[in-house]
Amino acid sequence: MTEPDNNTPEAQENKQAYSVGRLQDLNLKKVWMLSFILTSVIAIGPLIFFALMDYNLSRKSVESEVVLRTSRFTSNTWRSIAFFIDERKMVLDFIARDNSFADLNDTERLAEIFNNLKKGISGLVDLGLINSSGVHTAYIGPYQLKHKDYRNQLWFKETVRQGKYISDVFTGYRKAPHMVIAVKHMLPDGSFFILRASLEHRLNNMLSEINASGIGDSFIINKEGLLQTQSKYFGDIFNKIAMPVPGYSDKTEVIEAKISGVPFFIGYKYIPDTSFILIVVKQKAKLMESWQETRNTLIEYLAMSITVILLWTLGMTTYMVRRIRIADQQRVKSLHMVEYSNKMASIGRLAAGIAHEINNPLAIINEKAGLINDMFTFRKEYKENPRLIKTVNSIITSVERCARITRRLLSFARHMHGDIQPVNIKKLIREVLDFMEKEAEYRSIEIVLEISDKIPEFKSDRGKLQQILLNLINNALSAMNDGGKLELIAQLKDSENVSIVCKDNGIGISKDNLKQIFDCFFSTKTGSGGTGLGLSITYNLVQEIGGTIEVQSEERKGTEFTIILPLNKYR
Amino acid sequence: MRVLLVDDEEELVSTLAERLSYREINADWVTSGLAALEMAKNYKYDIAVLDVKMPGISGFELKKSLQNKHPAMKYIFLTGHGSEDDFKTGAEEAGAEYYLVKPVNIDSLIKKMNEVIGL
Repeated sequence: MTEPDNNTPEAQENKQAYSVGRLQDLNLKKVWMLSFILTSVIAIGPLIFFALMDYNLSRKSVESEVVLRTSRFTSNTWRSIAFFIDERKMVLDFIARDNSFADLNDTERLAEIFNNLKKGISGLVDLGLINSSGVHTAYIGPYQLKHKDYRNQLWFKETVRQGKYISDVFTGYRKAPHMVIAVKHMLPDGSFFILRASLEHRLNNMLSEINASGIGDSFIINKEGLLQTQSKYFGDIFNKIAMPVPGYSDKTEVIEAKISGVPFFIGYKYIPDTSFILIVVKQKAKLMESWQETRNTLIEYLAMSITVILLWTLGMTTYMVRRIRIADQQRVKSLHMVEYSNKMASIGRLAAGIAHEINNPLAIINEKAGLINDMFTFRKEYKENPRLIKTVNSIITSVERCARITRRLLSFARHMHGDIQPVNIKKLIREVLDFMEKEAEYRSIEIVLEISDKIPEFKSDRGKLQQILLNLINNALSAMNDGGKLELIAQLKDSENVSIVCKDNGIGISKDNLKQIFDCFFSTKTGSGGTGLGLSITYNLVQEIGGTIEVQSEERKGTEFTIILPLNKYR
Repeated sequence: MRVLLVDDEEELVSTLAERLSYREINADWVTSGLAALEMAKNYKYDIAVLDVKMPGISGFELKKSLQNKHPAMKYIFLTGHGSEDDFKTGAEEAGAEYYLVKPVNIDSLIKKMNEVIGL
């Protein structure tokens, strides 16, 4: 057995074809990847962009809503407190206007006023009259403040300057928190007096009520940041709050701040004529709860959309790339079919050319030999020499052999292009076998023909049929060792079809290979110059003339190809 | 029977003529269409055996020219080509029966000539 030659032109061609196929494969993977990534990005990009925009928009909207509500709440709370303080100041103011200095200085009168006042104003602790020198001239209350001199005290100076004064909260009578309100009343002679009252700290209770009903923390601080009421988050009265004192503004302000890392909304308003600042603190997270839901829905939607898009893109891309791959394979296959046809056509032309060239000299040899024969037969002057006649006859016989060969070749070449003709299957098979006769004889391969006489002449593409049979017989011969047996059986399958079986007892085809035997490029002979095209072309040719082809094989036992052809495809 | 043989291969056509004469068939031979027309003017032939592919005038064209002048003549075509088109045209011109591929068997040729005459 000779070594397979990897450098025959066929082997080279095959390597090339195979490597072209491979190259396509690699590119397609890249194409798939690129296509998938780009499409996904283009589809998902805008989606994410808009989702983000929506996210931000919703969040800002909810935030501003929250800020508004906090502001309103702060304002409302502030109003209650300011009103509360104002109420008490106005009462004192009224008393100061309504009574003269002398009246108020009268302890009895003052006591009367005090008691009446207490009925309306709860928490009133004491009431005192201070003259323009700063001396406490009259006093009703639990402390010993009569005659006390406040001339140098801050509150006195403030009251004189501003005309009114509201103190910070301080620990007062019975260790309870108190505050002081003082009003100045100008007298016609240019002097003045001051009416001063101490009050129990009621603001705490007010705010506690408000706090209890809400989800925030409302409290009052003074300008130094000391709590004037109880705070949920910042502790008891007089603690310093754990955040900076917010800057002055004559309106309600709402700011955002982080306290111990937790984000809060802080609404505040300065209370005029006092050193109080009302502060409302609410946890951002709690306020934005409704938005959380919206946000979660948005994220869910986004996730689902992205998943759907990715899956769809994956599916589409894979499908498309697969179609491309198939189309490409078809294209390559078609190209090879065309190449093969062309090759066959040129071989045909070559054969015809050769046949013609040979025919003329053959004709001459024929006639000359014939003439020699005639000279010995017709002319009596030449003695009939049997040996001479035998020699001449053998020349003539050889000429007939050559003639047969050239005729066969011409007949084969003549039917290259799709001509539909009536076909006598017996004749056709015999014609094709003629080509193989010599090879079979040299290799002692037995050829058995079983062609039923019942098969009628039927119209088909003669050239294609010849090629199919040639391919199959060729394959059978290469599969066999010397001394093998080739059987060609043709019979009617039914009234519509004829079956042709080509059976050899050669090397056989393995089960795995059987599946791919008709595939383009599949070959077990690649090393020895096979192009892997033979059977796939045979397959195509069979299909083209309307038939089907099947194969059965067992390794080391042999192979059997069955072709079913329609009798009535071409009418 | 008088036969005119026309083929551009001199060796072939002269030998063929000689062999026919051994068989008591009167055969003249020429190697071109022009010569054939000349001969046909001077002698009356029953059959013309024409090679299809010749330089100058082809066998079929020659037949047409001869037919005009000598409508009674019958024709047999010989060829060494056997190409598709030639066969089709030949079959039209002379009938597939009277179209022979070289090298011919002399007895077949004589048989065909008898058939043509018999028509």
